[in-house]
Amino acid sequence: MSHHTPAKRRGDRKAAVGNVGRPPVGWAVPGILFFAVFAIVPLAIAVYLSFCEWDGLNSPTPTGLDNWTRLFKDSEFGQAAWLSLLLTTISWAFQTPVALLLGVWAAGRQRSRAVLSAIFFIPLLLSTTAIAMLFHALLDPNFGVIKEIGPWIGVDPNVMGSSTGALLMVAFVGGWQFMPFHTLIYQGGARQIPEVLYQAASIDGAGMVRQFFHITLPQLRHTMTTSSVLMIVGSLTYFDTVLIMTKGGPGTDTTILPYLMYRTGFQTYDLGYAAAIATALVVVATGLSLILVRFSGFGSMRSTREGM
Amino acid sequence: MSTDTRPAAPQHASPAAPRRPAPARRRRRRGNPLAGLGSLVWLVLVLVPLYTLVSASLMRQDEALNGDPLAFPTDPTLDNYGTVLDSGFLALLGNTAIVAVATVALVLVLSVPVAYVAVRTRSRLSSLAFRTFLLGVAIPAQAVIVPLYLLIGKMGLYDTLYAIILPTAAFSMPVAVLVLSGTMRDVSEEMYEAMSLDGASPFRMLWQLAVPLSKAGISTVAIFSALQAWNGFLFPLILTQSEENRVLTLGLFNFMSQFGVNIPAVLAAIVLSVVPIFAVYLVARRALVNGLMGVGGK
Repeated sequence: MSHHTPAKRRGDRKAAVGNVGRPPVGWAVPGILFFAVFAIVPLAIAVYLSFCEWDGLNSPTPTGLDNWTRLFKDSEFGQAAWLSLLLTTISWAFQTPVALLLGVWAAGRQRSRAVLSAIFFIPLLLSTTAIAMLFHALLDPNFGVIKEIGPWIGVDPNVMGSSTGALLMVAFVGGWQFMPFHTLIYQGGARQIPEVLYQAASIDGAGMVRQFFHITLPQLRHTMTTSSVLMIVGSLTYFDTVLIMTKGGPGTDTTILPYLMYRTGFQTYDLGYAAAIATALVVVATGLSLILVRFSGFGSMRSTREGM
Repeated sequence: MSTDTRPAAPQHASPAAPRRPAPARRRRRRGNPLAGLGSLVWLVLVLVPLYTLVSASLMRQDEALNGDPLAFPTDPTLDNYGTVLDSGFLALLGNTAIVAVATVALVLVLSVPVAYVAVRTRSRLSSLAFRTFLLGVAIPAQAVIVPLYLLIGKMGLYDTLYAIILPTAAFSMPVAVLVLSGTMRDVSEEMYEAMSLDGASPFRMLWQLAVPLSKAGISTVAIFSALQAWNGFLFPLILTQSEENRVLTLGLFNFMSQFGVNIPAVLAAIVLSVVPIFAVYLVARRALVNGLMGVGGK
């Protein structure tokens, strides 16, 4: 853990003072316990419940591996897992370039950019529920704006009736909501890039495009990891949007894992199987984040400017 | 959400945004046609839905259903807003405010000591705790909703506001601890040494040194967790039931079926749901923006 290195170095230097004034570790206990009770323990219970049958009323009864064998044979689960990955990939591929461009652009301090940034921020003020409802209304083939604008921009007014269209729209709406957040992250990152790098590059005759690819992009490496982890975990868990905009349809073609879990658990009250789906969701989410962390050195996310 | 306005005064720009000489920057960033064009496209994509939201909420139902949705309302009316307010909107808002304030308070009270211990001690336990929170960022709330349903039921908290507040606070903690330990690490060791020479207790060091110097991080955490509470949908949906404990997001969702094809009323409800936070945004835009920028690390 890189966060220990500076502390240790400082610690050695101040050996004369010793450990006077260090807080007792016990201070962290209430916070850790609270988090454990409402996040870690439930995670463990979810794993336990995934080996049980439970209808929500009677006590859970262990059924061994039943849920898991069912899970691996369940074509609906397979479809949901695939759709989740697909939605996550599309969301990432849509949000990252746009947020990167907008963020780097907004890092400039011109007045016009500040004004536009203030407008771009607005979607973040609406709750996910409100946004999903808004687009549900806008995309209604009979009453929505889409019947006017759709033909004009080449989108079928009945876009929500097609499997691909509905999935793309869910990804778009998620992006519409979270773009300002990721733009801000990139904006913050871009403002930390030392000006001197760009000055050196222009003295060397590097043009704007070269500067972007050889300075901005590498310097934003860690910012990109942070933003990507948040995007991936975020879009794996789009639930409100799907529930409100598509109810998993048309058919089951936007039934992503969280929605399948909700339907199984709280509409058909097959909570044991729902717990198995939830466990699978955690495995996928943590797995993807860990891969990303490994792959890009997220552990050192604080030290973007190390070695300069 | 009164909590948002308090922490960050506009002049204290977060460490994420150090002031640099403007001229050099202006020269460097002048005219990036691609990004400039892209931002205009995005502007249209942001504004058209927002415009339709407001304009259609002022229309009568038949005009919204039959007319051109992009046109200006021919005969603007506030009736739809009346309909929403008569449907118990203010009670929903009140519940959400309670949930948001309680969540922020709980997150701060619990996360500040954890972050402080993680930064100021080197024990195995504190590093283990830190790692747990680091991994906790990746735990999706959906993953634990089934066991939480069981747990909250057993605790006798089902269908209370506590059922929303406690899990929401817990799931805001990983980001809170990460952000807070990030800012607290920047407090220099020399200052602690100076205080300890004065014989200050660890608590005084936390309260009079670490906390005041971590204002940026604390306001980031307050804003982030307030937005989590404001936005939360899954916990209220599963863990509450009765109308008296309904929060805004769930209330909006219910309006959808209650109002049916009365789309202008649905849109008016959405507009009303944004008003409070939009007011905060107008008053404390910089604090809000810098706060969220802080979530991305420094």
